[in-house]
Amino acid sequence: MKANSIKCCLRLSAILMLVFSLAIHGDQEIPPASKLQDALSILKQGSMADRELAVNQLADLGASSLPILQALLDGKLFTLKSDTSLVIGIDNNHGYTLSDALTGSEKGVIERSAVTKINLTNNLRVALRKIIGQLQLSADDPAIRLAAVKAMANEEDDNTQSLLKARALIEKDEDVQQAINVVLLLKDMNSSDKLIRIKAIDLLKEQNNRDVANRLNAMLEKDETGNFIEADSEIRSVAKAALIKINSRLQIYSAMETVFFGLSLGAVLVLAAIGLAITFGVMGVINMAHGELMMLGAYTTYVIQQLMPNHLGISIILSIPAAFMISALVGILIERGIIRFLYGRPLETLLATFGVSLILQQSVRSIFSPLNRSVATPEWMSGSLQINDFLSLTWNRFYILVFCLLVFMLLLQILKRTRLGLEVRAVAQNRTMAKAMGIPTAKVDAMTFGLGSGIAGVAGVALSQITNVGPNLGQAYIVDSFMVVVFGGVGNLWGTLVAGFILGIANKFLEPFSGAVLAKILVLIFIILFIQKRPRGLFPQKGRAADS
Amino acid sequence: MKLIGLGDDKLAMTVLFVLAAVTFIIPICNLMLPADSALHFSAYTVSLLGKYLTFALLGLSLDLVWGYCGILALGHGAFFALGGYAMGMYLMRQIGTRGVYGDPLLPDFMVFLNWKELPWYWLGFDQFWFAMLMVVLVPGVLAFVFGWLAFRSRVTGVYLSIITQALTYALLLAFFRNEMGFGGNNGLTDFKELLGFNIQSEAVRAILLMLSGMALISAYLICRWIVSTKLGRVITAIRDQESRVRFLGYRVEMFKLWIFVFAAMLAGIAGALYVPQVGIINPSEFSPLNSLEIVIWVAMGGRGTLYGAIIGAVLVNYSKTVLTGLMPEIWLFSLGAVFVGVTILLPDGIVGLLKRRLQELQS
Amino acid sequence: MNAYAENVFGEYDTRVRGIMISASELDVRHGPILYLEDVSVSFDGFKALNDLSLYIDAGELRCLIGPNGAGKTTLMDVITGKTRPDTGSVFFGQTIDLLKMDEPSIAQAGICRKFQKPSVFDALTVFENLELALKTDRRTWSTLFHRLNGEQRDRIEQIIETIGLGTCHQLRAGALSHGQKQWLEIGMLLMQEPKVMLVDEPIAGMTHQEIERTAELLLSLQGHHSIVVVEHDMEFVRSIASKVTVLHEGSVLTEGTMDEVQNDPRVIQVYLGG
Repeated sequence: MKANSIKCCLRLSAILMLVFSLAIHGDQEIPPASKLQDALSILKQGSMADRELAVNQLADLGASSLPILQALLDGKLFTLKSDTSLVIGIDNNHGYTLSDALTGSEKGVIERSAVTKINLTNNLRVALRKIIGQLQLSADDPAIRLAAVKAMANEEDDNTQSLLKARALIEKDEDVQQAINVVLLLKDMNSSDKLIRIKAIDLLKEQNNRDVANRLNAMLEKDETGNFIEADSEIRSVAKAALIKINSRLQIYSAMETVFFGLSLGAVLVLAAIGLAITFGVMGVINMAHGELMMLGAYTTYVIQQLMPNHLGISIILSIPAAFMISALVGILIERGIIRFLYGRPLETLLATFGVSLILQQSVRSIFSPLNRSVATPEWMSGSLQINDFLSLTWNRFYILVFCLLVFMLLLQILKRTRLGLEVRAVAQNRTMAKAMGIPTAKVDAMTFGLGSGIAGVAGVALSQITNVGPNLGQAYIVDSFMVVVFGGVGNLWGTLVAGFILGIANKFLEPFSGAVLAKILVLIFIILFIQKRPRGLFPQKGRAADS
Repeated sequence: MKLIGLGDDKLAMTVLFVLAAVTFIIPICNLMLPADSALHFSAYTVSLLGKYLTFALLGLSLDLVWGYCGILALGHGAFFALGGYAMGMYLMRQIGTRGVYGDPLLPDFMVFLNWKELPWYWLGFDQFWFAMLMVVLVPGVLAFVFGWLAFRSRVTGVYLSIITQALTYALLLAFFRNEMGFGGNNGLTDFKELLGFNIQSEAVRAILLMLSGMALISAYLICRWIVSTKLGRVITAIRDQESRVRFLGYRVEMFKLWIFVFAAMLAGIAGALYVPQVGIINPSEFSPLNSLEIVIWVAMGGRGTLYGAIIGAVLVNYSKTVLTGLMPEIWLFSLGAVFVGVTILLPDGIVGLLKRRLQELQS
Repeated sequence: MNAYAENVFGEYDTRVRGIMISASELDVRHGPILYLEDVSVSFDGFKALNDLSLYIDAGELRCLIGPNGAGKTTLMDVITGKTRPDTGSVFFGQTIDLLKMDEPSIAQAGICRKFQKPSVFDALTVFENLELALKTDRRTWSTLFHRLNGEQRDRIEQIIETIGLGTCHQLRAGALSHGQKQWLEIGMLLMQEPKVMLVDEPIAGMTHQEIERTAELLLSLQGHHSIVVVEHDMEFVRSIASKVTVLHEGSVLTEGTMDEVQNDPRVIQVYLGG
């Protein structure tokens, strides 16, 4: 066994030398396609020594053989029993989806027993991992290079260091360059020269990098016998100072992240509450079916997506006007059919609209089933914006924040600049007077209610992107959105905006200490207490009119 | 909305009479007659009737605050649930070593959560008198604290309704948490004994029905007395013109608080009677929907009449039993339709309708 | 049973009782029963009251007149605790600071008000409306166990006669005419046995005879109570007032007898030339 492993090591270092020389010289004599074919045919011949040789040859071929090497490492490279051709197989429920290793062409699905996996020894696997890393380092895509550099940070090996140094000389991409620097400095921290180590720590403390933080942390820990892992006390103090600096930045970034989460939660709350603020503020109507109008918006998104499953992006965009129209229409129906008989009786309106909410919920349950539906997220909305190791912002939350602000601004403009807005404001301030001046209050009421409901529908589109769409979607948000309106002050859109963001951020800052549910309870209790102190919310309407 | 009206007494007497019949005749039949007798009611019917009566008591208590004092409390179910939990905690402690884990002190769910000792707020609940005290005290104290804060700063109308809803919503979330020590999602269940009697036995069920009926009848008589006193007139005045009452020198907030606390205690008693008859109490009793349902019982029966709340509670719940049994999808549709229909077409509820019929018959 | 001992809201009520005691110590040795000094109230920048100072003597019948928006109703709001002034002081007698009290304590101290819009309790009968106004212990438990004694019953009957609603005893107040509601509210005012009566537009909606009876009633009360009447009807004001105060833009324009006031060029300017 021992002799065998020594032999392996020798071979591996030979491979590495070869790759290294290739990376620098890059000679190409035989056409790569035939070389690839040769290598593959060696690979599928049974013995381990042959496989090492083949891996060597593949490594010589550069980045083009990366997919095969990766498949080999992941155990996805097979020989077909029927014609002994090499294939890459991706596991699905019934068998493997195959593609030809050489050409990459699709070869259909086959059952598991029809192929033989190409096995590897542990040593070969280690070597393969390294080769892949090195190949990736010279890949064309900077993202692949960046990932390779990061993977190398954890490898204790002089060769990687020299590889990275060589790459650093020719690397043009700034991020990759930066990452290489960090990895090299991390390696410098292992140096025997104390000065180099101190200098490395000094340089690294400016980096926003988790590996650096982890490494510094590890240096300051004690082993089982109670001695510091890092023996040198001077280096320990330097490391400690660096760590404090990094941690203080880490705190700032994590606070920024919490604020961002809070803002995005706030954006959802604002979207949910703002339609309510209009109907409640302008008409004094408590619409308990508001949540269900949001639910309708979310289901509209779902239906449109079902109609055009291959155009996710477009379907989302289309959903916005569609959801607005549907919810607005239902809203106008509710207003004309029920609420207009109940003006001046807010408590009765509350009960009747609650009845509507039950009917809407049950309808959706009957039509779509009581199970949750998931709405897919288009590519440009998934993933996250990686600012640095400590801070990344998810795109869907980011878009919802932007969307919320857009809707808010649009609504402000509608109320400020359009004829409808003028009439709405007039009716809100003095209904009798507005009527006397010839404003058709009944029509304004219907339009206002439609507007508020339409915005609920639009909010539903946004919600469908962050949560599952189900019949209970509306109920989950109705209490929250009422809280936002009441907290912000009725009849004040800016109040709703500020209140939504404050509540969102407060929620997210409380969560780490108390857990999500308790945070929500605490916020509810806070609002209950707050209304005692300021019954008219953060931004109350003033004047004599407010008294009545 | 009319305080004195034709037909009120007649209808009220009818309701009382039917109540008395259900309260005394059915349990006595069940206790005295053999099980195969035609007048012997099934255990299911008895529990169901008992459940309706506790709901009627709950509706009655809400009518006092909403129908007479104008406070539309959308969190009244919370007091019912708290009373129920107080009773449930007593019943849990009575299980003793008969639980699945056989721990003499800790209820099963605590053993399951690896708790080592009983939380302090579970102490004393092995004593019946203490648990009964808590049945009224816990809802009463919560109503007092909440009402004190809300009424003193003059939170009224829909604002009050919304924060009462937030209150019960917050409690719902809180009781869902395992860490609260009330059994989390599953609540409290698997009860064995009440005061040493087997809780499943027919005799205990018949007696629970009788107790529920007696509680309802006495609560009705007490409420009726309250609204006939000067205090009753003050709260009616508050419902119609709150600020004017203040200028007459009455501390509106104290009156509201008094009636709110009293109603919360009644709701707590209703909850305590409900739990042994259905055999479970869980956080869903706190859900805002439950509290809204109570409102619709009262609205449907006819608010501000007290006996209307009883009629409404029994009627709506009977329909619920029938409809959810026949076709469950229909129930929410019809409940929704009732909400809409009653508020628009029947503002005085069924009682209002009946009274108009009576008047027509007389003239 | 002692109503105090069983009162669960004991602490709060001692506060009320404290005020009731101080009310009995009403100090009017210097003449005025109401002192308003430099009172200002503003709504969104609009000054409803502007450095207003006004003194009402004990037992006096005073009329307040002034064009719309002069601040008459706001003035009553300030005295009864409905509106807090931004600056200034309001005293009841020498010692009782009204700005430290809320509406119920001010009412219990003996300052009662009839509103511009008649506000009676529609769902209650005429008798019950007056019963609620009857000067008794206002605490919850004593209200619950309150029973009218013969004397109190007689007093209510007597007031019902005074306000001319003898035939409407058991009628719900909602069924009364506008004028009758006005009278009922005046009756409620009398039931409270106030030291100061603030009467906002008492004769709106009344017939000529009713107006005359109101004037008689107010004149007969003069001396026992201090009365402040706000009214637009100049003829009515002339028939009852010995002293008239004219408000304009939130402060006192002038004070004097009706004749003096009517001949004051500033008043003529305000009413006619403004």
